[in-house]
Amino acid sequence: MSINRRNFFKVLGVTGVSLTTGTAIASRPEAGESETEFCGILYDSTRCIGCQSCEYACAETHGLPEPTEFPDPAVVRKTDETRRMVINAVTTDDGEIYVKKQCMHCNDPACGAACLTKAILKTEEGPVIWRSRKCMGCRYCMVSCPYDMPKFEYHSANPKIEKCDMCFDRVKEGGIPACAESCPAEALTFGTRRELIAEARKRIHDNPGQYVDHIYGEHEAGGTGYLYISPVPFEQLGFDTSLQKSSYPALTKEFLYAVPAVFVLWPAMLLGLQQATKNNNKNDHQNE
Amino acid sequence: MSKSQALYRDNDGQPVIKFILSELKPRGKWLTPFNIISIPVMLAGLVIIIFRFWYGIGAVSNVTQEVPWGLWKGFNVVTGVAFAGGAYVLTFMVYILNMKQYHSIVRVTVLNGFLSYLFYAGALILDLGRPWNIVNPLIGNSFGVSSVLFLVAWHFVLYMIAQLIEFSPVIAEWLGAKRMRKILAGMTVGTVILGITLSTLHQSGLGALFLMAKEKIHPLWYNEFIPILFFVSSIFAGLSMVIFEGSISQRVFFNHISEKNLQARNNIVHGLSKVCAVAMFAYFTLQLLVFLHGKRWDYLDTPLGYWYLTEMLGFVLLPMILFFVSYRKMNINHIKVAAILTIIGIIMNRLNVSIIGYRWDAAVRYVPSWMEVVVALTVVFTQIWIFRYIITRLPVLRDPPDWAKE
Ligand code: SF4
Ligand code: SF4
Repeated sequence: MSINRRNFFKVLGVTGVSLTTGTAIASRPEAGESETEFCGILYDSTRCIGCQSCEYACAETHGLPEPTEFPDPAVVRKTDETRRMVINAVTTDDGEIYVKKQCMHCNDPACGAACLTKAILKTEEGPVIWRSRKCMGCRYCMVSCPYDMPKFEYHSANPKIEKCDMCFDRVKEGGIPACAESCPAEALTFGTRRELIAEARKRIHDNPGQYVDHIYGEHEAGGTGYLYISPVPFEQLGFDTSLQKSSYPALTKEFLYAVPAVFVLWPAMLLGLQQATKNNNKNDHQNE
Repeated sequence: MSKSQALYRDNDGQPVIKFILSELKPRGKWLTPFNIISIPVMLAGLVIIIFRFWYGIGAVSNVTQEVPWGLWKGFNVVTGVAFAGGAYVLTFMVYILNMKQYHSIVRVTVLNGFLSYLFYAGALILDLGRPWNIVNPLIGNSFGVSSVLFLVAWHFVLYMIAQLIEFSPVIAEWLGAKRMRKILAGMTVGTVILGITLSTLHQSGLGALFLMAKEKIHPLWYNEFIPILFFVSSIFAGLSMVIFEGSISQRVFFNHISEKNLQARNNIVHGLSKVCAVAMFAYFTLQLLVFLHGKRWDYLDTPLGYWYLTEMLGFVLLPMILFFVSYRKMNINHIKVAAILTIIGIIMNRLNVSIIGYRWDAAVRYVPSWMEVVVALTVVFTQIWIFRYIITRLPVLRDPPDWAKE
């Protein structure tokens, strides 16, 4: 096996999927078996100029309305059913800087584990996509996503889940996502996760003082496809840094593993009890 | 007479179809207080439901992108299922532990459980954005086996079937289908075992649904033991409902209950109060351990902290003590008060996990719209209507016909 695969497991291992649960569950063994690596996008907020080119490109590519608001430090814009990504301006220790928000394309996505119809799927290429033919609109993906990214068209009789799909249609054809393509400042880099982490390290290393030494998304939520580097600590960019470092689906693994056990043990136990108490009736009547 | 003809004419020689038609006619008084309240609510609910399917969930409901599950999920499904737990606890006591003294209330409890599940499934469908795809997780073209909801959905469906089989001898008695009854009654123990297993799993599964919402649920209610807490609390939630529902049935349907069973009822309530007390003791201890283990002291001195204390002390500890004391003193009325307190406590708990404590820090809190409330009530009222319909016709509270004696 090539170094790729070893690296893949290393990433997974470090993210703690297997460490914290004590059982060796590689979250996506299929992906581990194949040679493919997840793709992702590196967002460098020191380079972003807040021009919203990516937002326009995203809206156009996915047939959504053009953005009407501009980045403004006074408002925190959120993605919703009409926009899959937003650029926000934030006031930080380092002055006003920009930050992009969209689905993080987690390595082991909570939304995907939540979905009972596999409508949400972590593709081998890396994008986490939603498929309308499967979805039944239960919104459990929304409940589970730690970033609150799947959005629902509440005002439609045929509602869709809206969220960034990392332009899967382009990516699977070997293309790159519309936002990354449109960025004039090279703030968005598309590539394999491994390459992107190496690139991010390099930038942090080569430019002392310019970045905080933290690649957001390397470990958060078990590792995400989107990676961020920033000149200020990530709380200031509105990131929830209290998110756990291991993957979210790991939280339900114990329960799911218990299910087959209960299915075997319970009936046997119940039958035993039933047999044992069968003749107790008469005594019961006298005692009570 | 051929076999099929025998089945067909079993009911004292009356054709089955004709018999069912005659049973469809309404009976009894129309202008009862319950009818006066429930009919307008149900009519309004129906209109709102049509609206909801025409214009989307957002047209009638206040759920948001941050709080995607509202009253229909939090109240009708998550809370309601806890109360339907009485069926598996009672079948456990009667068919597994062979505590025959509880036999006379098994039927009504199973009926209640079955109807509850039917209507929770209904509420669930109302809340589905794309209900036409509901077959996907069932027919096998897209099994999301890593999903807790997938398991819960399957257990729901299977448990409904199991309950229907458990209840089916009653239907056979109603129709006078003697042979059928014998076959169905023979399946009881098997389905009871399956039913209890499924209940254990989906009662805890409903709690497990929230495991991934780790940062979203208030720390006083989120913990990794939610599944166990949900399961244990479903035991006394279900039994409290049995006690409560029993005391109402006793008044409303007294003419259906035989003298002997009326007498036995006090003993039943008395016995159940002990089970409740013990289960609540276990639950309270667990909650306490979880609290101490999580070191959640800092949260107590906040509004939600007081709310948490109210739930734990006023609606778990207090009814638990009341159950204990009134069990010893044989005070049936106090047991009923304890049951009502417990029911309130369970409603609080389930809503605290699924709605009140969910995204408790959000800038805009979710508050259900009046239309959501009306629909939630419509679901409950319709269920009570059907329950009443069945009680007045089928031998649920009544003694089974002589030919069906066990
Ligand atoms: S950020 Fe949320 S929606 Fe995106 S992949 Fe992760 S869990 Fe899914
Ligand atoms: S809303 Fe759709 S995509 Fe989300 S969990 Fe439910 S079925 Fe899956």
